[in-house]
Amino acid sequence: MSTSFEQGINTLKQVIDAPIAAYFSSCTNCGLCSRACIFYTETENPKYTPIRRVEPMRRIWEQEFTLVGKAKKALGLSKEVTEQDLKDCVELAFESCTTCGRCSMVCPVGNDIVYMIRRMREGLTAAGLAPKSLQDAAVRTMEKGSVMGFPMKTLEAMVKAAEKETGIEINIDKPDVDYLLLLSSAEVMQFNEIIASLAQIFKEAGVSWTFSSIAHEAGNPGMHMGASEIEAQMINRIVQAAEELNIKNVISPECGHAYMAIRWEGPNVIGRPYPFKVYHIIEVLDKLREQGKLKTTGCELERITFHDPCQAARRGGVNQPQRNLLNMVSSNFIEMKDSQACNWCCGGGGGVNTIEKAEPLMKKVFNRKRNQIEELDVTTVVTMCATCRNTLEEGIENNNMNVQVLGLTELVANHLLKEKKS
Amino acid sequence: MNEIELLNWARGPGLAYATIIMVFGLTLRVFEILSLGRAEELAEVRGSGVSDGWKMIFKRSLPEPRHWKLITASYIFHVGLLVIIFFFIPHTQFFRDVFGVFWSGWPNYVIDFFTVLSIAAMMYTLVSRFVDPTRRILSKMSDYFAWVVTFLPLVTGYMAFHRLGMDYTTMLAVHILSVELLMISLPISKLTHAITFTMARYYTGSSNGRRGIQS
Repeated sequence: MSTSFEQGINTLKQVIDAPIAAYFSSCTNCGLCSRACIFYTETENPKYTPIRRVEPMRRIWEQEFTLVGKAKKALGLSKEVTEQDLKDCVELAFESCTTCGRCSMVCPVGNDIVYMIRRMREGLTAAGLAPKSLQDAAVRTMEKGSVMGFPMKTLEAMVKAAEKETGIEINIDKPDVDYLLLLSSAEVMQFNEIIASLAQIFKEAGVSWTFSSIAHEAGNPGMHMGASEIEAQMINRIVQAAEELNIKNVISPECGHAYMAIRWEGPNVIGRPYPFKVYHIIEVLDKLREQGKLKTTGCELERITFHDPCQAARRGGVNQPQRNLLNMVSSNFIEMKDSQACNWCCGGGGGVNTIEKAEPLMKKVFNRKRNQIEELDVTTVVTMCATCRNTLEEGIENNNMNVQVLGLTELVANHLLKEKKS
Repeated sequence: MNEIELLNWARGPGLAYATIIMVFGLTLRVFEILSLGRAEELAEVRGSGVSDGWKMIFKRSLPEPRHWKLITASYIFHVGLLVIIFFFIPHTQFFRDVFGVFWSGWPNYVIDFFTVLSIAAMMYTLVSRFVDPTRRILSKMSDYFAWVVTFLPLVTGYMAFHRLGMDYTTMLAVHILSVELLMISLPISKLTHAITFTMARYYTGSSNGRRGIQS
């Protein structure tokens, strides 16, 4: 995509809608959003106050969409946004913000601040300022259909290994099945036990499912960047796969941002509703539990807690299913002090974990999660997002903590009651 | 112009001009927002979001237990302002004369209590803008302007009631003029939030409601 400073400014003008205008009109610069942001609380640096991350957008709104702002501009009382202003904003909108949305939970006037930051990223990307790591990830995803660049062959190898391990046949491109399963790159690369886990769970539940060779991953760097064309291209692949295979249910993987992209943003960026439904994998498992099709045996006796991924829980609305499943397989599940909609972010999402420059800051802000985990004195942290899982594992290792991290699907699979013969 | 003429101007033409500017200005501000539109939600929603939007307008008014100092101070002067504006007996008489609607005012000592409390709370919010590094960096001239034009009617009203400073007639005229300054400032300053916060909360609440998420 072509980019320039002018395109950046034009994009920012285009993305300003009625909610954003209402938000800027209502902000009193009280600063309370700062206390909700880990990048602020763990550094106490005022520059990380969430509303400051969108200051260039605020100026454009005032100068272009308000009579008072236009008058101030005509009288030379306000400064136009410069290229340097946008460059300075990259650190604030990309490197020190996971778009976790906790700021939006505390604003007294109700501003959805992260919605504005998400839009700010669109302007920065149009100005050619998106972090290179995200641009590279977008190129890999467009070329190979995988955020980390794994071709379909890699997944096929994983599938074969899972088939060998479980003795269960796993479908690729099988039409008319119940579900199309999407994975995240991290699952293919690091947490590929999930394939065998799901094969077993679905086999026991009597659910038919398949992978697609044209859309096997749901990760979407286009969303992180704020590049709607790229985001739409990736979404369209999934839509094409589901339509061609005549599948009415698509499963988003254990990845918060993938869920946000495919479940909530997808239809809006491609400009039409889906002909299928989208579920987070944990929603599917909880539905199977409710229907009595997911049976487990045994219970985790040790103290475990759960880390709610921001995009699935706070921003995506999946809060109860994970708790139902945890209570099914654990007798000692303990909630973190702030959980569900007010959970503290792990610090790695929103593309932050891909930006090398952001690494020291990411390590520092993990302090909040470390404290949350330590005060519970648990042996295991469970989550349902591969990026959170990676960040948690790294943070726990860096801080020499004696805690293991598990994906919820894997935990459920560990307790699966196997009745049927494979 | 003597003090009687000043008071008459403030009560008559001054108030009329201020009202026209305030109503026209606020209407324009609301129109400016609405004219930008909002994209249709194409994802399959978990709810219409309408009731969640309305709920959010009230729910976000509930005090947040964290960061209690600033929130308590803000709460006190917002509630205080509403009480003083709508329940000081001379104000209720003004509303009766202008709108023909009457409700009982509260005793002077209650209003006096709220006024002193509100002044103290507003002072706290101002000091915190200087003392708190985060609030200091965030604060712009427009924030201080909004503070001044909100503070003036409180102080001048208190002074007029207690016969402090200038003679009563002049002080009352100054008080009414300060209210008119506040009215004119509403559409052209940060004070617009007095109206647009309902829109901001509705937009966020309804969007959250569609996704089935907590506000």
